[in-house]
Amino acid sequence: MPSDPVVPPRTPLPAPRPLPPGVMVLAGLLLAVPLVALALVPTYSKKNPQLWGFPFFYWYQFLWVFLASAFTWAAYVVIARARRGSNR
Amino acid sequence: MSPVAAGSGVNGVELAVVLFFFILVTAGGFLAVRWRRADSMASLDEWGLGGRGFGTFVTYFLLGGDLYTAYTFVAVPAAMFATGAVSGFFAVPYTIVVYPIIFIFMPRLWSVSHRHGYVTPADFVRGRYGSRTLALAVAVTGIIATMPYIALQLVGIQAVLDTMGIGGSGSTLVKDLPLIIAFAVLAAYTYSSGLRAPALIAFVKDGLIYLVIIVAIVYLAVKIGFGEIFTAAEKKMNTKTKSGLPTGSFIPNSSLYWAYGTLAFGSALALFMYPHSVTAVLSGRSRNVIRRNAAVLPTYSLMLGLLALLGFAAIYEKTSVIGQDGKANAQLAVPHLFDQIFPDWFAGVAFAAIAIGALVPAAIMSIAASNLFTRNIYREFIKPDATPANEARVAKIVSLVVKFGALLFVLGMDRQNAINLQLLGGVWILQTILSIVAGLYTRWFHRWALLAGWAVAMVYGTVTAYRQTVPNASTRLVDGKLVTTVDGVRHFGTSLADFPGTATKVYIAVTALVLNIVVAAVLTVLLRMLKTPAGTDETQPGDYYSDAPSADVIDAAEEVIAAAPGVERTGRQT
Repeated sequence: MPSDPVVPPRTPLPAPRPLPPGVMVLAGLLLAVPLVALALVPTYSKKNPQLWGFPFFYWYQFLWVFLASAFTWAAYVVIARARRGSNR
Repeated sequence: MSPVAAGSGVNGVELAVVLFFFILVTAGGFLAVRWRRADSMASLDEWGLGGRGFGTFVTYFLLGGDLYTAYTFVAVPAAMFATGAVSGFFAVPYTIVVYPIIFIFMPRLWSVSHRHGYVTPADFVRGRYGSRTLALAVAVTGIIATMPYIALQLVGIQAVLDTMGIGGSGSTLVKDLPLIIAFAVLAAYTYSSGLRAPALIAFVKDGLIYLVIIVAIVYLAVKIGFGEIFTAAEKKMNTKTKSGLPTGSFIPNSSLYWAYGTLAFGSALALFMYPHSVTAVLSGRSRNVIRRNAAVLPTYSLMLGLLALLGFAAIYEKTSVIGQDGKANAQLAVPHLFDQIFPDWFAGVAFAAIAIGALVPAAIMSIAASNLFTRNIYREFIKPDATPANEARVAKIVSLVVKFGALLFVLGMDRQNAINLQLLGGVWILQTILSIVAGLYTRWFHRWALLAGWAVAMVYGTVTAYRQTVPNASTRLVDGKLVTTVDGVRHFGTSLADFPGTATKVYIAVTALVLNIVVAAVLTVLLRMLKTPAGTDETQPGDYYSDAPSADVIDAAEEVIAAAPGVERTGRQT
């Protein structure tokens, strides 16, 4: 006998409550930092200071690859903690 | 290992290595049907979304394989090689800002799609606004924006084949046979394995790509040094062309700040409106899979940035970009650079990485396009009582049609047409964002106002892109010398245009989106005043943050399963 899918799409299982506003604001701020930093093109569209032969324009944006990842991960942790807290 | 000259022979070592990896992934593609085996592949949930059960790890490779395509790998360094930062390096901020953005709204799309069994973004629009017409607009936009993107994957494979000495001379059929075979094989395993095939192959693709980039960057850093590379690039970009303008931009000057910023943000917003991105996201197992991936996917952006620098390295190395047909083509910059600096066997690995890098997104894109056709055109307008098995069968056939359409497109038309259409595709797809993303948060916009805003923006964006003319220059090798000829102008010369009423260059897609929002907002106010029916919304507020696999839901589901005799658990463990 083929079994039914485990969780049919319209199960009446309880959906978690929305997160508290404070958590949403904090996560939103964390996510906004990389967006604002990279939107301000004039702040990094320059040659100096250089690093290992990289003009500032290039190494600064490479740096934001790592920083954006860290900020996004922080936002994830903030939300995941709040979720766990609200379910216990 | 000198730069490939026109008409030189086939490089046997490189070809053998590429063939080896091609056979490897072909086997993987066919075997993928057994991976996470489902009771039946006869539904879109299984064929088109891989069972909706991929975890963080698989989704990482699937999205990486999906978003960072062969065309990206060829085109971004090509743009750096030809005209520098504004047309090339914007890809780095673009692929950085995309992740915080998807972190915010993609979990909502995932949740509501999971609750209602939506397979495509147009399904969501249909459910949210109760409008078949608006859903059709979103679906058609998705399909026409995706088609040229698939065609461009073939352009990526062509660049590699050309570098290995295949193509150029001979009859059309012989010249294009390898491409036809590669695509036929791809079509066959996508048909049988669905989304599982590209998900599995993506591991190979990304492993190879990471390896090649790391080796190339270490080689360049040690052998040449980045200072030298940047100096050579700066010199080229500042060199005046015949028209008196600089060749390109090394670091954007004040007249290009808006261009750089809007290209980055406009492209980022557009990326997750493409049906293939949505397909990969919906195949994830939970909201947290998406959020974790938003934090780790920037590793690919790092790789893309390094790859972009290879365009500058090609400037330093004075890499020839003359193809087998004797014409200059900037897209050959990176394949030729690999051919120049690597031993043949490793150049073969690099070419395999690019070729496989074309197969993964081409498969996902064709699946996404056929999901759209099946759900939002076939079931909506042709056969409303289609069963899941009907849907899966139609989608499989459509995926074949889509791929062969792309193949004919590339073989039959000028490559430039595919590039133009892909540029337009970016402009078009961004115009669906208002219906989708605004819809995830609010029902304020009226469905007809959204439709009108979409239509106005599509027309404006297309016309504006068409009107951007540049001199139609082509460079060919004549008696060992590069000769550039200019033959009139060509349209779709750039994705930038003056923002209306200013002299500031802005990404056309962003200007069109502003227009889209203004039209939709004004008409919404009017239609609401006239009390025009707003359509039925089948979603509920809780649908947008339902988090199926959170601990309590899994517990509840397990209780249900435990209580039902004879039902085996098919869910997946972390």
